[in-house]
Amino acid sequence: MEPFRTLTARACPLPLANVDTDQIIPARFMKRSRAEGYGEVLMHDLRVREDGTPVADFPLNDPVRAGARVLVARRNFGGGSSRESAVYALADYGFRCVVAPSFGDIFSANCVNNGVLPARVSEADGEVLLAWLADGGQDVTVDLEACRIVAGNNAFDFAVDPVWRTKLLNGWDDIDLTLSHTDAIGAFAAADRLARPWATPRGR
Amino acid sequence: MTVADGAHTGKDGARTLFDKIWDMHAILTREDGETLLWVDRHFVHEGSHHGFGKLAARGARVARPDLTFGVADHYVPTRRAGGVADPGIRGMVEQLAANSAANGITLFGLDDPRQGIVHVVGPEQGLTLPGLLIVCGDSHTSTHGAFGAFAFGIGASEVSHVLMTQTLWQRRPKRMRIVVEGDTGPWVGAKDIALSIIARIGADGAQGHAIEYAGPAIRALSMEARLTLCNLSIEAGGRCGMIAPDETTFAYLRGRPFAPQGRAFDEAVSAWRGLATDPDASFDREIAIDAAAIAPVVTWGTSPEDALPVTAAVPDPGSARDAAKAAQMRDAIAYMGLTPGQPLTDIRVDRVFIGSCTNSRIEDLRSAASVLRGRRAAVPGLVSPGSSLVKRQAEAEGLDRVFREAGLEWVESGCSMCVGMNGDIVPAGERCASTTNRNFKGRQGPGARTHIMSPAMVAAAAVAGRLTDVRDIVGEAR
Repeated sequence: MEPFRTLTARACPLPLANVDTDQIIPARFMKRSRAEGYGEVLMHDLRVREDGTPVADFPLNDPVRAGARVLVARRNFGGGSSRESAVYALADYGFRCVVAPSFGDIFSANCVNNGVLPARVSEADGEVLLAWLADGGQDVTVDLEACRIVAGNNAFDFAVDPVWRTKLLNGWDDIDLTLSHTDAIGAFAAADRLARPWATPRGR
Repeated sequence: MTVADGAHTGKDGARTLFDKIWDMHAILTREDGETLLWVDRHFVHEGSHHGFGKLAARGARVARPDLTFGVADHYVPTRRAGGVADPGIRGMVEQLAANSAANGITLFGLDDPRQGIVHVVGPEQGLTLPGLLIVCGDSHTSTHGAFGAFAFGIGASEVSHVLMTQTLWQRRPKRMRIVVEGDTGPWVGAKDIALSIIARIGADGAQGHAIEYAGPAIRALSMEARLTLCNLSIEAGGRCGMIAPDETTFAYLRGRPFAPQGRAFDEAVSAWRGLATDPDASFDREIAIDAAAIAPVVTWGTSPEDALPVTAAVPDPGSARDAAKAAQMRDAIAYMGLTPGQPLTDIRVDRVFIGSCTNSRIEDLRSAASVLRGRRAAVPGLVSPGSSLVKRQAEAEGLDRVFREAGLEWVESGCSMCVGMNGDIVPAGERCASTTNRNFKGRQGPGARTHIMSPAMVAAAAVAGRLTDVRDIVGEAR
């Protein structure tokens, strides 16, 4: 995975709370393979009317926000379904960072597993950032080393789980690390089978 | 006391139920606090195709097929006598069967008499047991916590990690205890308790927390009701929800096909009796709820936190605590096509749905049928049992006839209209009273409007053609 250190990029405001993963990627698009790409269906039903025309005042459709890589939303972004395709849609569209006061637990883990930074800010800072973007602010700098976002004359600290921060900074994938512990896993499984015989499912 | 992985114990090493289960599964803990956990059960479904794809990309195989179980539920048609018509949907069902066969995984597939919704099948088959760590690429995996298991939903990357290693890296969450005191009134159940909790703490109120439900009102719940309650833990944002196992749990499990049998079962019960929070253990957050104060609940908006007693009215955004909350309420009210101040019982519905991993078990169907017996539904609706075995049992009890005679459609088991992946959707602009778990925008289909409530309340809405208090329909005193 590509390491995430500092990102200076166009930011897009999304002044909505509770944007669940069903809205980030509607279920009917989830049959496609990853190779087909998910970017074009990101927030499809918020962006596109039933007749196929774009929703003019939806922020992602604003030409000023074209090429945005940082998304700024309100609380509980990515709650609901565990569908990792919500993160595929964000990543394939070009987003590397989502800024919000809170995130769904499963969604934020999925973000980190795809090199996308879920940056938690206070509700007050989030509102200042949204107001700055509404006033025409465009590019922000997200510094993961310092856990700091700079937007014009504003600067905000953000929070991210320290383990996730390290993982993102280095672009690490869990699986290689886990496979280095194969012996410990085998020893645990053997001892556990004796300690908890009831945990083994009875024959099929 | 706090150690590297965030464990904290009370006086004399007292631990919570959650911590006991966590500690049982910890293979190793890194200096940074991340713990590698052993996974006892991994459920996969058609939607797990990304996880299998990652496995194939590495040329790897499933490490423990004996602990991995496949269930066809998300995409399966609920009218399938002539096979699966839609090629896209058929492809999803066939892909799961192929991945299961290639890796030696037991599959409860489309034609298996045990097929059903994964969170109904796991408990029904005795695959879900107290003290287990259970994962599935589905957020409602929290359901299995009803047995005193640590069960949670994971994403596709994590699915592939579990397939390859039977383990998962996790950081120990905080602990929250929700104590429900007293007794619920007639026609008030687990769904009403859960929605009341979510309305109070918010859809993100339990984020980062493992929830334990406790108190006399919880102890009084049947296994089915506990499953409903723990299922909705994710709608409060919880990492998981759990209830300590007791005689209700053990009685449910005895004789289930995959559970220990005979003497092995008795020995298991002895071990499971230790799965309770120690009296001196401490929680990061404690919440108390009075069961007697809970009325039948319905949702009015587009988040499960938008829940109110059915006796209330659509709220006024002008009364919101801040501008952001007011904007959220206005947006939800506009999407739902409602008016502030409108009594909830004035909301007409176009159809009803009874099903989903939240409320499709035999007890749910009995409850809905008891309201519908001898009455006619004013609107069309779909009833999809939680599993093919639940369907058979309901038919043996004559419940299918009650639904049919009321004018509702009785179909096969699957996730169906809760998530709309199989083609069962609510048409745009229509309003559905639903026993499901999410009233999100477009959840039941693009432009669909969902009100979630208990099976009895959905049955009452079907009879009245609008949201209504089930106690008025059955003539029960409040």
